[in-house]
Amino acid sequence: MTEHPGCGPRRLSGWGRTAPSTAYVREVRDPADIVAAVRGADRRGVLARGLGRSYGDAAQNAGGLVLDMTTLAQVHHVDAATGLVEVDAGVSLDTLMRVLLPFGLWVPVLPGTRQVSVGGAVAADVHGKNHHVAGSFGSHVRSLELVTADGTLHRVDPEHPLFWATVGGMGLTGVIVRATIACRRVESAFLLVDTERAGDLEDLMARLSADDAAYPYSVSWFDSIATGRRLGRAVITRGRNALLEELPPALAARPLDMGARRRATLPAVFPPGLVNRASGRIFNELWFRAAPRLRRGEVQDVTRFFHPLDVVGSWNHVYGPRGLCQYQFVVPFGAEDALREAVGLIASSGHVSCLNVLKRFGPGNAGLLSFPTPGWTLAVDLPVRPGLDRLFAALDALVLEAGGRLYLAKDSRASAGTVARMYPRLEEFRAARARVDPAGVFVSDLARRLSLTDAPIL
Amino acid sequence: MIDSLGAPQTLFLLGGTSDIALAIARAYARHAPLRVVLAARHTSRRDEAVRSLQALGCAVEALDFDARATQTHADVVTAAANGGDLDISVVAYGVLGDPEQAWTDVPSGVELAEVNYVGPVATGIALGAQIREQGHGVVVALSSVAGERPRRSNFVYGSTKAGFDAFYTGLGEALRGLGGRVLVVRPGFVRSKMTDGLRPAPLAATPDQVAQAVVDAVASGAEQVWVPRTLRAVMSGLRHLPRPVFRRLPI
Repeated sequence: MTEHPGCGPRRLSGWGRTAPSTAYVREVRDPADIVAAVRGADRRGVLARGLGRSYGDAAQNAGGLVLDMTTLAQVHHVDAATGLVEVDAGVSLDTLMRVLLPFGLWVPVLPGTRQVSVGGAVAADVHGKNHHVAGSFGSHVRSLELVTADGTLHRVDPEHPLFWATVGGMGLTGVIVRATIACRRVESAFLLVDTERAGDLEDLMARLSADDAAYPYSVSWFDSIATGRRLGRAVITRGRNALLEELPPALAARPLDMGARRRATLPAVFPPGLVNRASGRIFNELWFRAAPRLRRGEVQDVTRFFHPLDVVGSWNHVYGPRGLCQYQFVVPFGAEDALREAVGLIASSGHVSCLNVLKRFGPGNAGLLSFPTPGWTLAVDLPVRPGLDRLFAALDALVLEAGGRLYLAKDSRASAGTVARMYPRLEEFRAARARVDPAGVFVSDLARRLSLTDAPIL
Repeated sequence: MIDSLGAPQTLFLLGGTSDIALAIARAYARHAPLRVVLAARHTSRRDEAVRSLQALGCAVEALDFDARATQTHADVVTAAANGGDLDISVVAYGVLGDPEQAWTDVPSGVELAEVNYVGPVATGIALGAQIREQGHGVVVALSSVAGERPRRSNFVYGSTKAGFDAFYTGLGEALRGLGGRVLVVRPGFVRSKMTDGLRPAPLAATPDQVAQAVVDAVASGAEQVWVPRTLRAVMSGLRHLPRPVFRRLPI
């Protein structure tokens, strides 16, 4: 790699801690730093990186320059009346929530962690528990500022074709500098939550299908190990923002308080194989049993309902030095058989997952590589073990057959050919990218692995 | 790029007609589409290797490569990287030679040293430069247990492999902070064209067993592997035997 003045080579990996590569990392203090980096790009290119929460290689650029965007993190303007908020790309959703809540404003889409940057949320077009009613992050962005490959700053809105190449575009169209986001008003930072158990997968799907529309937030955790009659048994948690009058007096006194910050950070000292068949079985059993059979109207804070894992920093270290793979797919409604088969394959695979999510997606948006499409989305976290590739290959085949797709922000192992068949608008994306970045300045390990910007040689 | 489960997109074989190199290519080709660059002398055996890998669905490129023409190694590596990053590079060339001739005849001994040690040093330097440029990459260096303790019966070969092993072990340390990883593979006796006609030693392995060990070690992040694994303990014991005892062993 070519030396870059002022920054040393650093090993970078995604949240799954697999397949690291080395790049020169430069902190961005000002948009001018980005312009300078882009104009000075060599053939290994440039990539923006936020908080590194994508699981695979999306925020890595082996041998090239990586711009650390977390140092460009100002909230520029909050309009409490219209809910429009203008922020730097490096602002985390955690910071953004803490800034906005005193204004009575709410971040419109919250993924499973608040430790993601706004730029990353746009680039991966992240979704949350409200996708079925509110869509993904990009649907709430009113304009983007980005530095393109020619080193100029552009402001694009949803009418501009570059906007929808950038939403979900995995950072390959330019460096997002700022975003204007439409936030909504809330009376409190607390949620009224209904929890119920489902005895098996059929019950789970039936319950989610019956009344998801009644809740703005809906998600389910399922047991990934139980087989037979209990296959897919689950805990469903659904809720909505509590109104002021619905809060108990103690909370009504501080209705916009977010509660817990991070309590502990785990060091990287866990041995391989800690998350195994035995510990995974115990976890799945306990998690299911710990949930109430049915409880309505429980008041929960943001962290408990949305981001329980944020309480523990670096929880990914539990998976040991070999790391973990996330596998998240969506299959269209009507492809329930594929979903059943997938859950069965995972449960009988011998591989073990603890963080297992099933959710219904609503309509997708115009993002060329945006992941969410109407249907069932399922996510599992699997520690890397021999034979995992065979399970994934079998799941890939199911998902492809059902007309579904994988989530690029979580992928770390799919093949270029598979992904090309899952994203019918990939050619359009490549064309858009070729227009805005003909020399290929923006590149990532993900893009190299999946040939996102050029047709593959195989 | 190499993926999270250790599967490469591009496999670069130096000494691309060796049985072990081709077994490694077959092992990777089983799982996913693969680009293979075969660097070897242009022989009918190389043509045959290209065809056999193409039949498995690989995209194959062949490059002319002469282990003793060390000044050309950098160009061969650059040419291989033209079509994409070198995810896994296998240094698989080497000769066994005639052990008695090797220690009594200067040209024979020097040839062994050049092909098995001097060449691999040049190759390793060129691969190291490519890996620093890429910011990632795995080198699989096919060493041998013969280098762990030289024995009377083939000590010239053993000495070349001892140097080879030390060089690639050190290269792994040098590349660690720069995105690279070196896997040093120490097989015992391998039944292959190289050992054709020789009497197999105890704990002999097949090229496919070596290949599987390489695939597993690359995926797990290991930096050295013995094939079979029990050889690690065996060799550790042999290394510590007093010389009068060691020289009496029938090996």
